[in-house]
Amino acid sequence: MADVTVLSATGNTMVAEAYRQADPDVCVAYPITPQTTIVEGFAKYVANGQVHTRFVTVESEHSSMSACVGAAQAGARTFTATSSQGLCYMWEVLHIASGMRLPIVMANANRAISAPINIHCDHSDIMGARDSGWIIFFAETAQEAYDNTLIAVRVAEDKRVLLPVMPTLDGFITTHAMERCELLDDETVKNFVGERDAVNSLLDFDNPIGAGMFAAQQPYFEIKKAERDAIDASAPVIKEIGDEWASICGRPFDFVDTFECDDADYIIVVLGSCAGNARHVARELRDQGIKVGVARIRVFRPFPQQELVDALKGAKAIGVLDRSDSFGGEYAPVAAEICTCLYRAGVNIPIKDYIYGLGGADVTLDQMRQVYTDLQALADGKIDGDLTYLGVQ
Amino acid sequence: MSDKWNVDDFTSWKSEDFPIGAVCLDAGNSVEYITGGWRNQRPIWHADDCKHCLLCWMHCPDSAIQAKDGQMAGIDYDHCKGCGVCVHECKFGCLEMVLEADVEGE
Repeated sequence: MADVTVLSATGNTMVAEAYRQADPDVCVAYPITPQTTIVEGFAKYVANGQVHTRFVTVESEHSSMSACVGAAQAGARTFTATSSQGLCYMWEVLHIASGMRLPIVMANANRAISAPINIHCDHSDIMGARDSGWIIFFAETAQEAYDNTLIAVRVAEDKRVLLPVMPTLDGFITTHAMERCELLDDETVKNFVGERDAVNSLLDFDNPIGAGMFAAQQPYFEIKKAERDAIDASAPVIKEIGDEWASICGRPFDFVDTFECDDADYIIVVLGSCAGNARHVARELRDQGIKVGVARIRVFRPFPQQELVDALKGAKAIGVLDRSDSFGGEYAPVAAEICTCLYRAGVNIPIKDYIYGLGGADVTLDQMRQVYTDLQALADGKIDGDLTYLGVQ
Repeated sequence: MSDKWNVDDFTSWKSEDFPIGAVCLDAGNSVEYITGGWRNQRPIWHADDCKHCLLCWMHCPDSAIQAKDGQMAGIDYDHCKGCGVCVHECKFGCLEMVLEADVEGE
């Protein structure tokens, strides 16, 4: 039975604790707000000798992800963390990490991207990386950031998966706000994450390999198909490992965390820290007899289409909250994906896409009330489902 | 062909035939990839004047200058792409670039 320490901690502290307990061979660090306190906290553990980690400081995020690629191919358990412009700067190397099937774990503090310059929360950075072949988790709370990070280590390094994983948490809201958190004892976590058993290591001198190879037309196409198959096949492994962690820590693990969706007429779909606001208002409306629900996506890649169809199929109208825009697109990323999976399941429910909270703009309970009010009008055909900026003046 | 890893039918492999991450399991098998056909000029070595300084060997980007026991030993035309760097680097005029068309078959 695991020993639990209850503490007040920020999301970044909890990620740093997860990194300490998973004890990577290599941690590559380049600071960027609001991620910095993850690698800063972890640097203290390195300096104190609490971990067995080669801490590599680099001059940019392009280099940090490149160093991760080399370390992971060498067979090292490899972590880094980033945010916003840093994630953008890594962009080309993100694809190299996934294409080479390297189990790197990188927490991302979800943050707006320039211009204008802004350091606060939205999902524009991570949505820019959604097609990069990484497995992507969204945490709602500091606690979940801890849980997701530990699950990420196991998933990434599982030989049935071997893909990089990004456990993400919302900038400032989750990275910096203090919450009540539970930290499991080191031994329990170490037993859970185990040690990395690398295949095709560059340091296996008896079996030298070439890595990062060239592949011309048809071989490239075949190799990319293998990558698509790998991330699709990762879903049951994520479920298995998430459930194992859930049985240890006592907190549930679901790809989609649903609140009162079973009989709900009006459902909000949301990612990350805003889910609490939506649930708060949903409880209010339930008390008034209005059947509303909230579906929060925790595993965004691979996309949990069946779980979402199951959660949403009985609704009369769905409001999707997107904390990033796909400028010029019909809908932003989350709503577009919801439409795709419902269409393919033959489910035709009116949907409305709301862009909210860009650059950390306030997300209020009144906005959630407005969405549920809208959804009733949408179901009655009184308003259309056009993309709307929620809370602009 | 290497004994270690048969890649003869590489272009017909299906997605599941590739090693994870498309690593090359037989490091160094690029030696089997004959790139000499890319050449439209060829370096000719005049061995009699050679001082065996090995500047050409040091600069060749394709390891196509062959050295043995500290001496220049010849040119690997299977892999020389005809870039001419060796000719440029030679301080003694004993490497010469000629058109491939003029020496083809020799």
